[in-house]
Amino acid sequence: MEPILTARGLVKRYGKVTALDHCDFDLMPGEILAVIGDNGAGKSTLIKAISGAVIPDEGEIRLEGQPVHFRTPIEARQAGIETVYQTLAMSPALSIADNMFMGREIRKPGFMGKVFRQLDKPKMQAFARQKLNELGLMTIQNINQAVETLSGGQRQGVAVARAAAFGSKVVILDEPTAALGVKESRRVLDLIRDVRARGIPIILISHNMPHVFEVADRIHIHRLGRRLCVIRPSDYTMSDAVAFMTGAKLPEGVTEAA
Amino acid sequence: MSQTQDFESAAREADQTVAHFEERKSPLARLQHVLHSNPALVPLIVLVALIAFFGIFAGERFFRAYTLTLVLQQVAVVGILAAAQTLVVLTAGIDLAIGVVMVFSFVIMGNMVVSYGMPAGVALLAGFLVAAGCGLVNGLLVSRLKLPPFIVTLGTWNIVMAICLIYSQNATMREADVTAATQWLHVFAINFRVGPAVVTLGVIAMILLYIGLWFMLNHTAFGRHIYAVGDDPDAAELAGISTKKVLVAVYTLAGVIAGLAAWVSIGRNGSISPSTVVTDFNLQAITATVIGGISLFGGRGSILGVLFGTLIVGIMSMGLNMMNADPQWKVLLTGMLIIGAVAVDQWIRKVSA
Repeated sequence: MEPILTARGLVKRYGKVTALDHCDFDLMPGEILAVIGDNGAGKSTLIKAISGAVIPDEGEIRLEGQPVHFRTPIEARQAGIETVYQTLAMSPALSIADNMFMGREIRKPGFMGKVFRQLDKPKMQAFARQKLNELGLMTIQNINQAVETLSGGQRQGVAVARAAAFGSKVVILDEPTAALGVKESRRVLDLIRDVRARGIPIILISHNMPHVFEVADRIHIHRLGRRLCVIRPSDYTMSDAVAFMTGAKLPEGVTEAA
Repeated sequence: MSQTQDFESAAREADQTVAHFEERKSPLARLQHVLHSNPALVPLIVLVALIAFFGIFAGERFFRAYTLTLVLQQVAVVGILAAAQTLVVLTAGIDLAIGVVMVFSFVIMGNMVVSYGMPAGVALLAGFLVAAGCGLVNGLLVSRLKLPPFIVTLGTWNIVMAICLIYSQNATMREADVTAATQWLHVFAINFRVGPAVVTLGVIAMILLYIGLWFMLNHTAFGRHIYAVGDDPDAAELAGISTKKVLVAVYTLAGVIAGLAAWVSIGRNGSISPSTVVTDFNLQAITATVIGGISLFGGRGSILGVLFGTLIVGIMSMGLNMMNADPQWKVLLTGMLIIGAVAVDQWIRKVSA
């Protein structure tokens, strides 16, 4: 099977600091790939390069085999890569429906839409309701309620639903459970599986080892600005993963770069 | 590994419902929610209460259609400026220059016809262009140089005021001179009677402007983007909105609306006097905006509330006048309303899930 998203030899330097040092990356269709690494290993730079927030100095990114050069997150989004940021990037005072369509609103057909640029609110609300329903989030009753009146888990749910609704090719989740309680985390993990079940591959950045080992199909371990190895959660323990990530131990057949 | 993952089994016995909605118990919390979703409600209640109060205490003259439509005529100019101010405040900005931009704009319009003998169309176009240009400069300084809106417009307030006085040499244009040149500058003074009510075109312009802006803010993508930029600019940017473009467009549009206020103002006052540049139109507009429930922190409030806020100030002024009260009571009450409105805003934004 061909990877849907690949990166080869990515380099990104910030002054004297090399955040990405000839880094490779592969995402297979329909999988949940977790990306773990110690603080400062460069995993967030890697994710930013893929989501268009950072332009790599060297290297190549291919989406479905085609080379892509994202200059902004919007370009990545247009190519079908949706990112759920840790901050969620939602406007708290605006409604769920407004937030889901922020920056890609649907206009009414005909005169009112063309001349007066009127939005098609019923259509957007119906779409938002349907997407939340599909992901089992209909404990949210009123699609027009402000996002700030939602709990942390519900907000995360709306953000994931937004990404899943529009991310036709890849969904990136940055620390989706970091700010959540035990029960809400569980709901979000179920949500992540639901999104995968719909055939959309997911890149999951997380520090939470139990969560990573629970949902990931493969785990990309990032160390010193590059991919150290990719493991399957069934083959290793969490302490192995932590050992690889911190350099305490090396996986078989891998030699630490000088 | 199964051992390490089983720690959550402890939570299995716990209540499994996540983020369900509780019935709100306290009436106060329910009120908070209602106000949260209907930001124009507070100014509307205050307005109705004021009308009832003056209806009882200021005598039955107050309730006459003539009186109430006179209030509308009196507030038209400030009401239009407050609409412009609302757009800027919704982006978490403030426009202190809006009043002097209006005065500069009508001075230009008047000078074009009286001093240069230009046709009314050219004069109006020049007035609107100057107003839009001032707004554009504000917008560019706020969005490109990332200067605080308060500082930018404090600067342009002084600059435009000085330019206006230097350019006009503080010479007033008499109404007769303007009328001799063209009728068009006074077009918004045209009035017609509906029974005892007197409606000017200026009042109609204000109301149409509010309807238009209400539509824009609630039913177009640009309107939603204005709210998003004021609410959380970083989130708006990540959602793919060009916050810079939105800011430039908003300040420029505020300038254009100040141009409309200038035109209406000529109709209301008759003569054109550059010395009105020292009037605190900007503060009156901000007052109406704040009393109307627009949050100074951006992203919250309804433009209809601002129309009510404008009317609150106008009704209060008229009512106290009819009760022969000292005019300073109006100033005092306005101050209290401002503080009250901001306190209510703070309370509403604490709304919880």
